[in-house]
Amino acid sequence: MHKYVLKRFAMLIPVLIGVTFIVFFILALTPGDPVTIILGDNATAENIAKLTEELGLDDPLLVRYGRYMLNLLKGDLGKSYSNQLSVADQILERFPNTFILAVAAILVALIIGIPVGIISAKKQYTWLDNTFMVLALVGVSMPVFWLGLVLVIVFSLNLRWLPSQGMGQGFMGILKSLVLPAVSLGAGSAAMVARMTRSSMLEVIRQDYIDTARAKGVKESTITIRHMLKNALIPIITVVGLQFGQLLGGAVLTETVFSWPGLGRFMVEAIKKKDTPSVLGSVIFLSVAFSIVNLLIDILYAYVDPRIKSQYKVQSALGRRRGE
Amino acid sequence: MAELLEVRDLFIRYETVDGVVEAVNGISLKLDKGSTLGLVGETGAGKTTLAKGIMRLVPNPPGKITKGEIIFNGKDILKLSEADMRKVRGKEISMIFQDPMTSLNPVMTVGEQIAEVISIHEKVSSKGAMEKAKEMLEMVGIPAERAEEYPHQFSGGMKQRVIIAIALACNPSLLIADEPTTALDVTIQAQVLDMMKKLKDKLNTSMILITHDLGVVTQTCDYVAIMYAGEIVEYGSLRDVFKNPQHPYTNGLFGSIPSLAEDVDRLKPIKGLMPDPTNLPKGCKFNPRCEYAEEICRCQSPETTEVKGIHVVKCFKAQGLV
Amino acid sequence: MEKVQKKEKTLFQESWRRFKQNRLAMVGLGFLGLLTMISITTTIIDVVTDNRVYDTYVISQNLVMRLKGPSAEHIFGLDEFGRDIFLRMLWGTRYSLFLGAIGILASTIVGGTLGAIAGFYGNAIDNIVMRFMDILLAIPSILLAIAIVAALGPGLVNILIAIAISYIPTFARVVRAKVMSIKDQEFIEAARAVGASDARIIFKYIIPNSLAPIIVQATLGVAGAILSIAGLSFLGLGIQPPMPEWGAMLSNARTYIRDAWHITVIPGLGIMLTILSLNLVGDGLRDALDPRLKN
Repeated sequence: MHKYVLKRFAMLIPVLIGVTFIVFFILALTPGDPVTIILGDNATAENIAKLTEELGLDDPLLVRYGRYMLNLLKGDLGKSYSNQLSVADQILERFPNTFILAVAAILVALIIGIPVGIISAKKQYTWLDNTFMVLALVGVSMPVFWLGLVLVIVFSLNLRWLPSQGMGQGFMGILKSLVLPAVSLGAGSAAMVARMTRSSMLEVIRQDYIDTARAKGVKESTITIRHMLKNALIPIITVVGLQFGQLLGGAVLTETVFSWPGLGRFMVEAIKKKDTPSVLGSVIFLSVAFSIVNLLIDILYAYVDPRIKSQYKVQSALGRRRGE
Repeated sequence: MAELLEVRDLFIRYETVDGVVEAVNGISLKLDKGSTLGLVGETGAGKTTLAKGIMRLVPNPPGKITKGEIIFNGKDILKLSEADMRKVRGKEISMIFQDPMTSLNPVMTVGEQIAEVISIHEKVSSKGAMEKAKEMLEMVGIPAERAEEYPHQFSGGMKQRVIIAIALACNPSLLIADEPTTALDVTIQAQVLDMMKKLKDKLNTSMILITHDLGVVTQTCDYVAIMYAGEIVEYGSLRDVFKNPQHPYTNGLFGSIPSLAEDVDRLKPIKGLMPDPTNLPKGCKFNPRCEYAEEICRCQSPETTEVKGIHVVKCFKAQGLV
Repeated sequence: MEKVQKKEKTLFQESWRRFKQNRLAMVGLGFLGLLTMISITTTIIDVVTDNRVYDTYVISQNLVMRLKGPSAEHIFGLDEFGRDIFLRMLWGTRYSLFLGAIGILASTIVGGTLGAIAGFYGNAIDNIVMRFMDILLAIPSILLAIAIVAALGPGLVNILIAIAISYIPTFARVVRAKVMSIKDQEFIEAARAVGASDARIIFKYIIPNSLAPIIVQATLGVAGAILSIAGLSFLGLGIQPPMPEWGAMLSNARTYIRDAWHITVIPGLGIMLTILSLNLVGDGLRDALDPRLKN
C-alpha cells in the first residue's frame, strides 16, 4: 500500500515540473515591460537599466526559468511587481480562504448531490426522478457567477438574510458570509454529483448480488447503503476529484462576485495589474493543490475498492481522466 | 409426509412498455418436507419468475402477482407484510441465483456476507455470527481463514460454495436453487451438486432445483415438474416422468438429448421457438410446435389431469382426446 | 425458420430516429437553431448596413434613460448606459455561439489528431503525447485559459486560442481511448492484411468509428467553452466592452445590482438557456448514438 502511494507521488513530480515550465513559458509572453510597471512613468533610464539587471530580465528564457525554479525550491516565488511584497507570502495569506470556500462548496455538492442521486435511482422513472434530473441539468447549465449574483439579489438585497460581500469575522460571521458563495460555487457540482450518483447507482441496482442480499432478508435501507452505495462510490469519487478542478477555477469567479479575499481574486487583480510573478505563483500553487487532491483521491480508491487495494493497480485518477 | 409448500393457481405478470409479459400462468404444485423437486424448462419458461415469486422478490414495478396463494408451513406467505416476509427470507426459505460470478458483493469479505444473514435472523453478537460464518465455510469445504478474503480472490466454483453457505447458514426448510451449476465447468458442477446433496441430507432441507439440464435432474431430484410458457405441463416422481413421459414437450426434451448408445445422423430438436410471452398462443400454449396438435388444442387450454397417482399432465393427447 | 424482416438503415438514420424521440433534446436543438439564425441575421445586418444599426442601437449610449426596467418598448429593459438590452442580447449571440464552436472545432482537430496518433502508434509516441497531456490536465482548465489570456491580452482571437488550448487534453484522451479500443479489432487486422497504409486505416476506418464519442464530447465542450468565455469576459479578461457579449454584460451588473436586477438576471438567463440546450442536445446525442449506454 505504501509502495503504491510513493509510486504515485513520484510520478507527480515530473508532471508538476512540466506545469511550472509551461506556465512560466506562457506568462513570459506577456507584453509590456515589468520594469516600467514597477517604477512607474517617472522612471529614469538609469533606474530602468539598473532594475532590469537586478531582476535579471535581460537573460534568456531558460536561464530565467532555471533561476525561478531554484528560488521556488527555496520557497521564494519572487516579488509582486505592483507592491513589492513577497508573492509567496501573499499567496499563503489568501489560500486558506479559497480552501475554506472550496471545501464548503464540496460539502454542499456531496450533501445535496448524493442523497438526490440515490433517491432518483431508487425511484427511477417517477416524477421525483424526472424533477430531480431536470433540476440537475439546469444546475449544470448555470454560470457560476450568475448564480452568485442571483443569490445575492434574493438573499442579500431582498430578504436581507445573508451578507453579500467579503468574509465575516468570528466563527458565526465567517459561516454566514460563507453560505451564499459556497452554494453558488457548489450548486453546479451538486448537480454533477447527483447525475453521477444516479447513473452509478442504477448500474449497481441491477446487479445480481443485490438479489442475493434481498434473498437473505436484509432490510432495504441497509441494502441501499451497505450493498448499493458502497459499490457505486468509485465513479462518484472520480467525479468529485474532477469537480475539484472545476471548483478551483470557479472559485476565481465566485470570489470576484462576493469580494471573497481568496487566491482567485488575487490572481485576477494581478492580471489586471500585469503582476506576472503573482499570476505565475498563483497558477502553480493551485495546480499543485489540484494534483495533491487527485493523489488523495487515488488513495481513497484503494480503500473503497478492495480489488484495487489487493492488486496495487496503478490505475490513477489521471488514468481515469485520460479515459483508461 | 408433511407438506411444506403448496402453490395454488399462481399468476405472475410483468407490465412493460412493450406489452404485458405473462410469465407464470396458473401454476400449482406441492412439495413435501425433505424432498427435492426439479423444475425443468427452456430459457424463458418462467422458472426464475416462479422462484422469485415464492420468495416475493418479483420486482414491482413492473412485476405483479395477480392471483394465487403460496402456502408455506400452513401460512399464505403472499398475505404477509413485507417486514414479516423478510423474516422468512434467508431463514425459512433461501434462494441461490444463477451466476456465482456476480452474486457476491465485491466490497464485502465472504465472511461478512455469510455473517450478515446470521446476524439478521439469529440473536448472536457480531463475533458469534462470524464464528458461525467460519463454520459454514468449513462445511462447504473452504478453509475458515479465508473468511477475510474478498469474492474476487475466489474461483467460480468456490464462489458458488460461499453462496450455498450463505443460503444454508440459518438452516432453512426450503432452498430454491436457480440453475446453480449452469455457469460452472462440468467437473466443478459435479462437486457442487455432490456437496449440495450431502448438506441437504444432513440438514434435512427441502429443495426446488431449477435447471434445463436433465442429467442434473436425474442425479438429485425426487420429483420433476416440466415447465412451458409459464405452466406446468407435466409433473410426477422422477421415475414416473422419465419412464412414462406423457406430454409431447417432455418427449421432445428427452428425444433431443444426444444418445451415448446410438449413432445418429441428425439430432432431433423440438421444432419452433419458445412463444413470445407478451403474445402467447391461444388454446394449449404448446400447440404451434406440437406434431399432434388438433383443432381442440388450438381453441381450448387443457386441464391438468391424473395419469397415475401423483403423476399429472396437461395435454389433450395424453387424455386421449386427440 | 421465420424470416427476419428489417429495413436497412445507416447508423446516421438510426441515430437520428432515436434522437427525434427525445423531446427535450429536440427542444434544445430548436433553441440552438434559433440562436444560430439570430447570429447569422445580426451579422448580415451589420454587413449590409455597414455597422450602422450596431452603432446606433447596440453601442451608443443614452444616459438619460439608463437603468430603466423592462417595459413594452424595451422588453428586456435598458442597461447602465441606456442601451436596449434585448437588442444587445441579440447581437451578443454570435460571440458565445461562434466563438464557442470555433474554439472547440480547433480543439477537436488538434486534440483529436494528437489522441489518434498516440492511441494508434502507442509506446513511445503515446507516452510523450500523454505526458504532455498530463501536464495540461494538472492545471484546472479555467486557470489555463486565464493564464493564456493574461499573457496574450484580452480580445476575441486570444480568447479563442485560450479556449482551444484548454480543451485539447479532453479531446486527445477521448479519441485516444476510442482508437485504442478499435485498433485491436479484427477488421483492422483484415485491412492491414490486404495492404492498407496507416494513413488509410486511420482516416477510413478508425476515425469514422470514433466519431460518436467525439461528437458528444464536442457538443458538451461547446457548452463548457461558452461558460468559460462568459466567465472570462465577466472578469474583464475576455471580450471587452462595448461589445455585447453576454458575460461581459454581467461584469458591470454588480455595481448596479441594487437598482436594476434586470441587467443581472437577463443576460445570465440567456447564457443558461444556451448551455441547457447544448446539454440537452449532447445528452440526446449520447443516448441516440449508443443506446446501450442509456439507463
